[in-house]
Amino acid sequence: MLNRIIKSTVNLSYKNKSLFQNSLVLQKRTFFNIVPDPSIGLTEDQKALQSAAVEFASEQLAPNAAKWDKEEIFPRDAMKKAAELGFGGLYVHSDYGGTQLSRMDTSLIIEALASADVSTAAYISIHNMCAGLIDKYGNADQKKKYLPKLVTMEHCASYCLTEPGAGSDAASLSTKAVRDGDHYILNGSKAFISGGGDAEIYLIMCRTGKEGPKGISCILVEKDTPGLSFGKKEEKLGWNTQPTRAVILEDCRVPVANLIGVEGQGFSIAMNALNGGRINIAAASLGGAQSALIFARDHVKDRKQFQQTLSNFQAIQFKLADMATQLYAARSMLRQAAALLDDPTVNNPHTYVAMAKLFTCDTCFKICDESLQLHGGYGYLKDYPVERFLRDTRVHRILEGSDAVMRILTSKDLLKDQ
Amino acid sequence: MSFKVLVPIKRVVDYAVKIRVKGDKSGVETNGVKMSMNPFDEIAVEEAIRLKEKGIATEVVAVSMGPKTCQETIRGSIAMGADKGIHVDGGTTDLQPLAVAKLLKKLVDKEKPNLVILGKQAIDDDSNQTGQMLAGLLNWPQATFASKVDIDKSSPNSVKVTREIDGGLETLSMKLPAIITCDLRLNEPRYAKLQNIMKSKKAELQVLTPQELGVDTNTNLKTISVEEPPKRTGGVKVDSIDAVITSLKKFALI
Repeated sequence: MLNRIIKSTVNLSYKNKSLFQNSLVLQKRTFFNIVPDPSIGLTEDQKALQSAAVEFASEQLAPNAAKWDKEEIFPRDAMKKAAELGFGGLYVHSDYGGTQLSRMDTSLIIEALASADVSTAAYISIHNMCAGLIDKYGNADQKKKYLPKLVTMEHCASYCLTEPGAGSDAASLSTKAVRDGDHYILNGSKAFISGGGDAEIYLIMCRTGKEGPKGISCILVEKDTPGLSFGKKEEKLGWNTQPTRAVILEDCRVPVANLIGVEGQGFSIAMNALNGGRINIAAASLGGAQSALIFARDHVKDRKQFQQTLSNFQAIQFKLADMATQLYAARSMLRQAAALLDDPTVNNPHTYVAMAKLFTCDTCFKICDESLQLHGGYGYLKDYPVERFLRDTRVHRILEGSDAVMRILTSKDLLKDQ
Repeated sequence: MSFKVLVPIKRVVDYAVKIRVKGDKSGVETNGVKMSMNPFDEIAVEEAIRLKEKGIATEVVAVSMGPKTCQETIRGSIAMGADKGIHVDGGTTDLQPLAVAKLLKKLVDKEKPNLVILGKQAIDDDSNQTGQMLAGLLNWPQATFASKVDIDKSSPNSVKVTREIDGGLETLSMKLPAIITCDLRLNEPRYAKLQNIMKSKKAELQVLTPQELGVDTNTNLKTISVEEPPKRTGGVKVDSIDAVITSLKKFALI
């Protein structure tokens, strides 16, 4: 009992000495000094990037994450601050103000941000996926027009592929774009769009040609374009720091200049963007699981029952060891998949990305769940952060390619003839 | 017109780390422990960079003394916006404030800055001496515990500094060149941009040794032992004022 009083006194005195309004000193120092250490195996440059992101996350995101989740606030100011440091254009070319990092380095940043707030880190990942898409497939005019404001996150972007009738079967999407002089007229609706209604830039995958993937194109639509409207803001289990809405197109006229790439290229653009997105969503799960593991470890060293701390019971010790082992496995796998995406000599990185995304998102959710269990009743209360990590990481098993789609990709590659 | 600011910085145990004393009582355990730039020095770097952004300073030079690992800290200040970095390689020698001040004096003679801004003290030794000693060696004016620094852009040959002292706030005016040491409320240091962090990794640092600068770093000071404060023991409950007074007298507190 005395230990706990002294411990909380020590913690408070750290809070008072805390110099830059950092009220989560504990979290800041234990992201790295717990097993598995997320900085193991990284180069000095990568460690510097990771440290910078962890510092930003623990000082600017962590103190507000619970409030943003509860009040469903889309933290645009905090994200702009993140963008000032280069988080708004992580793999955009430096000619447009981007940070031009590799997929591997980007995943480190997203993981670090997610250790404080999974939902916000995930939105930053989606935004970057869109900016990266324009950087890779857009022409010079489009890049000059849209990238500078996206990189600073003065503008936010949304990726619009899914429809009420087309989820895993994305290639069957039915939003149509009909050519009319030097415009396209778009009709249709998109579902579950992250940032929908708040974002300024919408990348709409729509059908310009015949059925199937080859008839799909990617068209950029700006927010106040007549004919673009939004559904109600969805009420979700988690990811509450980003608004999710349906995006509705009714005779929406968009200049032909807004076509990204060429007609019929849309599906391959979408899938390539998703590869990077999957790495980052999985990285966000890793960050969340790392924090959940730290909370669980700290809790079992603190909580006493049967005249001893929970950490004395072997069943609890083994549970923590299993959580750490699974986290290490997932992280190793995800980082290798990210490196494969960066490697131009590998011609089927998407399969490895699929396997890594599946394993990582499922495993990290389970770690968050175990962590909640180790907290006992306290884990169920919103006073403790673990339940938010559980709710936020749950959806990573579903979106940007559900577990089923990941298995389809893997088995297809396994079973195909050369 | 050139206006150079020299910012000495120190690499210390990170402020958030729970420190432990080494088993042999020779000092605090630093092996495998997270190290960072001294927080007050971050404030000094930030102030120097703000002077550059206001168009008053034209160059910010960061300098650190110690083993090779100091170079990481110097690069951190370059990532924040410093133009140049100097590393004085002292190896594993324990550099006391007087030795640091002597080394800085030699560097000041070489670099000829208009202003030297330091953190008020390092969080590992809490000496609060280096800035003052440097001012003494150079015979320059000094303003310590600065919470506000003002230089008039149109006549940048003097500086107005507001100091936090026990009695309140004191404002001094000093002719340049001068020494300023920074206190907590002077500014809030910026985060380094990711692009700048990457760029700073490739920055060329000037490396010097105490021998090259002609300084004897021996200050005839030897640390005999470092110990943790005594563990807190339990208290005793008493039930009357007389018993309180007796106890206070017994423990020689009154």
